[in-house]
Amino acid sequence: MAKVSSPRDLEQYQKQAKAARDKIETFITMCGGTGCEGSGCREVIKEMDEKLAEKNLQESISLKVTGCQGFCEKGPLMVIRPAGNFYCNIQPDDVEEIIEKTVLKGESISRLEYQDPETEEKILKEEDIPFYQNQERLVFKNNGYISPTRIEDYFSVDGYSGLVEALFNMSQEEVIEEVVNSGLRGRGGGGFPTGQKWKLTYQEDSDPKYVICNSDEGDPGAYMDRSILEGNPHLVLEGMMIGAYAIGASQGFIYVRAEYPLAVKHINIAIEQAREWGLLGENILGSGFSFEVEIMEGAGAFICGEETALMASIEGKRGMPRPKPPFPATSGLWGQPTNINNVETLGNVPLIIKNGADWFNSIGTENSKGSKIFSLVGKVNNTGLIEVPMGITLREIVFDVGGGIPGGKEVKAVQSGGPSGGCIPKDLLDIPVDFDRLSEVGSIMGSGGLVVMDEDTCMVDVAKFFLDFTQDESCGECPPCRIGTRRMLEILNRITSGEGQEGDIELLERLGEDIIDTSLCGLGQTAPNPVISTIQYFKDEYEAHIYDKACPAGVCQDLIYYNIIEEECRACDRCRRVCPVEAIEGEPGGDPYILYDDICIRCGNCIEECPFSAIEIVPGQKE
Amino acid sequence: MELELERVDEIVEKNKEEAQKKSPLIPVLQDIQKTYGWLPEEAMKRAARKLGVSLASLSGVASFYNEFRLKPLGENHIVVCTGTACHVRGAPLLVAELERNLDIKVGQVTEDQKFSLETARCVGSCAVAPVILVNGEFHGNMTKKKISDLITELE
Amino acid sequence: MAEISINGSSYQVDDDRTILSAASELGYDIPTLCHHSVISDCGACRVCLIENKKSGNLMPSCTTKVADGMVIETENKRLRRARKTVIELLLSDHPNDCMTCEADGNCELQDLAYEFGIDEPPYGGFKEEPRFTIERDNPFIEHDPDKCILCGRCTRVDQEVQCSDAIEFVERGFAAKVGAALKKDLGDEDSSCVFCGQCVEICPTGALSYAPSLGEGREYQLKKTETTCGYCGVGCKLELKSRNNKVVGAGSIYRDNLPNPDGEACVKGRFGYEFIDHPDRLTKPLIKDKESGEFKETDWEEALDYVADNFRRIKRDHGAEAFGALCSARCSNEENYLIQKLMRASIGTHTIDHCARL
Repeated sequence: MAKVSSPRDLEQYQKQAKAARDKIETFITMCGGTGCEGSGCREVIKEMDEKLAEKNLQESISLKVTGCQGFCEKGPLMVIRPAGNFYCNIQPDDVEEIIEKTVLKGESISRLEYQDPETEEKILKEEDIPFYQNQERLVFKNNGYISPTRIEDYFSVDGYSGLVEALFNMSQEEVIEEVVNSGLRGRGGGGFPTGQKWKLTYQEDSDPKYVICNSDEGDPGAYMDRSILEGNPHLVLEGMMIGAYAIGASQGFIYVRAEYPLAVKHINIAIEQAREWGLLGENILGSGFSFEVEIMEGAGAFICGEETALMASIEGKRGMPRPKPPFPATSGLWGQPTNINNVETLGNVPLIIKNGADWFNSIGTENSKGSKIFSLVGKVNNTGLIEVPMGITLREIVFDVGGGIPGGKEVKAVQSGGPSGGCIPKDLLDIPVDFDRLSEVGSIMGSGGLVVMDEDTCMVDVAKFFLDFTQDESCGECPPCRIGTRRMLEILNRITSGEGQEGDIELLERLGEDIIDTSLCGLGQTAPNPVISTIQYFKDEYEAHIYDKACPAGVCQDLIYYNIIEEECRACDRCRRVCPVEAIEGEPGGDPYILYDDICIRCGNCIEECPFSAIEIVPGQKE
Repeated sequence: MELELERVDEIVEKNKEEAQKKSPLIPVLQDIQKTYGWLPEEAMKRAARKLGVSLASLSGVASFYNEFRLKPLGENHIVVCTGTACHVRGAPLLVAELERNLDIKVGQVTEDQKFSLETARCVGSCAVAPVILVNGEFHGNMTKKKISDLITELE
Repeated sequence: MAEISINGSSYQVDDDRTILSAASELGYDIPTLCHHSVISDCGACRVCLIENKKSGNLMPSCTTKVADGMVIETENKRLRRARKTVIELLLSDHPNDCMTCEADGNCELQDLAYEFGIDEPPYGGFKEEPRFTIERDNPFIEHDPDKCILCGRCTRVDQEVQCSDAIEFVERGFAAKVGAALKKDLGDEDSSCVFCGQCVEICPTGALSYAPSLGEGREYQLKKTETTCGYCGVGCKLELKSRNNKVVGAGSIYRDNLPNPDGEACVKGRFGYEFIDHPDRLTKPLIKDKESGEFKETDWEEALDYVADNFRRIKRDHGAEAFGALCSARCSNEENYLIQKLMRASIGTHTIDHCARL
């Protein structure tokens, strides 16, 4: 394979790649991300491949399997270009029709078109769908266009031009300056200014230095980093190389969760290709800059997202964090200066170098520049990955991008920042999303999980869920986190099981504050946030659990009971048949059925089964 | 069951060669688990000797990370995602259903060695929550009904 | 040099030292648990936190280096509350059995509980039900993980000083404990523990104790005698602990310029003291009665005459080469010198050896 040995070579290959792309008449891009894989896209892709071959259409029609396109809710997804038809929830049986009608004749298939959940209107094109319309796709821009396993595709979108710009037209200091001026802040949770971090590592007079790409995305409900690595791995690699050049490192590591097999596969392919093409290794593009990358697969410990724990893990140790200072910039991996950035942060870097700090700076708010990718999940119509400009309001995210709450329910809160974040109540939904505003209201930007909660979500249960997570993932090194989160969880368990006492709320608050104040690393220092923020905004729910022994949202099993509404029950016997513990009694066609609360385990089978909605959940304990 | 311990030697050699700057220790454990399905004691001992690390530190690492299993799995390994999205869409009910149906608790193996049950932190398929993995295969939008069908099928 | 302010007073201190060492030297008392002079610091226990007045953060004084312009406080309301909560949390996972605990009076956790005036941890009290089982599989060290505060002093002394690599944290989070190879006990065949006892010495609580010393007396009941270990030529310093004239333990001495400055010992030095009070130990000379074949007590005069007579006889009949002497590390240097002198000058043989070579 021809090697790229100068910027000129690269330009040549970029031109070739663009020309090859422009030659093809019809493009079918099919999302092959993990989300769509869960909905069965592989079968559709296989069918499409076979059908195209059968019909001898491979020459003029190119099927491109891309990384995540974001709209996971509607997967498997397909966009047919240049016409732009957007099809969702595709089954293998639909393939024949798609080729015959849409691809060959340009007719649309109404059944597969997207339907707006609010207006019930069918929408033909991707760009007209509100979910996409309200986004600002910078890092994600090419996810839906290129095949992540072909470096030529990355060339076709000017890939590696940022690297060339940095290596040949900028000094190390200038690169750092550009990133400082762009206002880019870390997307992994901390929000530390990226350029500053680079500068600190650059200033250290020690060799070797390392760069690490932190892709140990562990927040439950967040998967943006995975999608970037799956969909555009070269972008991350390019960002890493620019960072390495700026700080003076020649060795990099990508620490990626082993639970993300597709991401691991794609980044491995990308590294192989980059090596083959001379974009990794000695004397890259003749610039004199050399760089190598190693992949380290995480072994399943949330704490390894913390930078010092991550480094311990690369060193083959238990992933236990250590106190900072010294910061990794001074003493990191193997005691050497180390710069750690998150995947999304690095994904922004080539764009900043290519388009300039001013361009990046023009997007966002005063102290939060650019865009942010969120995984919008929970009780919202359009779940998936979204990239929005900083400063957009939560309301716009939930209602314009997310299409509102399903089932006509009302939004209650939005949780941001995963287990380190907090719950933002509905009356604060108009705040702009930026680092400072989110922390002012008691949450954090975090890595980008946004979980929408409706009136059926119990806030005490949510707090318990997150605390259960952090206490389980605590490394056990320092007592406040190891024992403190455990004690908080015990108190929450007590409250949700009906044994809450007066003083519990105050105890939670006090202990939470102390854990934040005294814990060794970021995990403990933020673990109480979900509890503290829910107490701040939803104290009445805690009080209902403690004093009324009732779960108003109908979630906590010990604080609710099931009731058969006599007027609605038609004695159809269905509920009795699905009850696993024989808690329901009755004669088919006879009197309304009776449900024995002392036997009922609240499994929900009967409610799911009842065609007449005759079984209700009542908050409180049965007399 | 006799283990072919020579494979441990190969794994250690391979990883020592591949690791440029990172420690080969965790990759070795990962490969041992890929090979045997878990981390048998004999393999750990052999690996510690070959790597030149103490067995105490190897077991310290193996017991730290969620991925490593110190006992074998059932023939069918079921993992319920308990990430946030799955939680709010009913994952706890699925766990309860599986525990009831298989008559084991999370982290256990059925007596006939047919099933093992675990929960996982977010597998990243939040949009099709709740999700379970059966032998590594994703099943999205799970319901209790689908679960009983799945288990009957596997039995 | 760095200029720092501690509790409102300014000092010039070397800039390569930790806040803890600088402040302690200046007379500020900062409580610690996971810190010990012979091992590295890890900042885990959160008891030595100090407040950085500029950043507003609490920082562990054991791992944070001083820096020019630093303004810190080692004592204030916020710190007292923070430290108290940490100790309360530790106690909430600790049995309330000081009355019968081996470490009573020699327990840093107990001292801190006293200092901070903690009656009962406010999070459900002390630990009622044990979460672990006591490990008693070997004759030397007893491990009760329920009393462990996971300060990691034992694992660090094992790895950094003794280099046995026998113990490490196992599991994670609330389930974490200290364990040997394959999560088994110290005495297991796969364990690399050499029973030097340094982990027991350095343990701040009653989690690790010497099995032979159990019930033989609390630390404050024991008389301590500094001595030199008699087993080999290294000459380690030890502190023999005795009660009612009986040796019941051998503790470490941490002092510079010793052959074992970090309190090192081997299994013999640490546990091999039983011979001192052993009933089989000879305290009077014995001579074998030729007819009955039994040993009979005698006085030193007769015994020495008996030996001298026989030495003469053997040398006359078989020559000096028939002699060999094996002397003992348990004797003093002078005694060892004398025996080789006796062998070489009086008897005329060079066949002399010493148990320390074994």
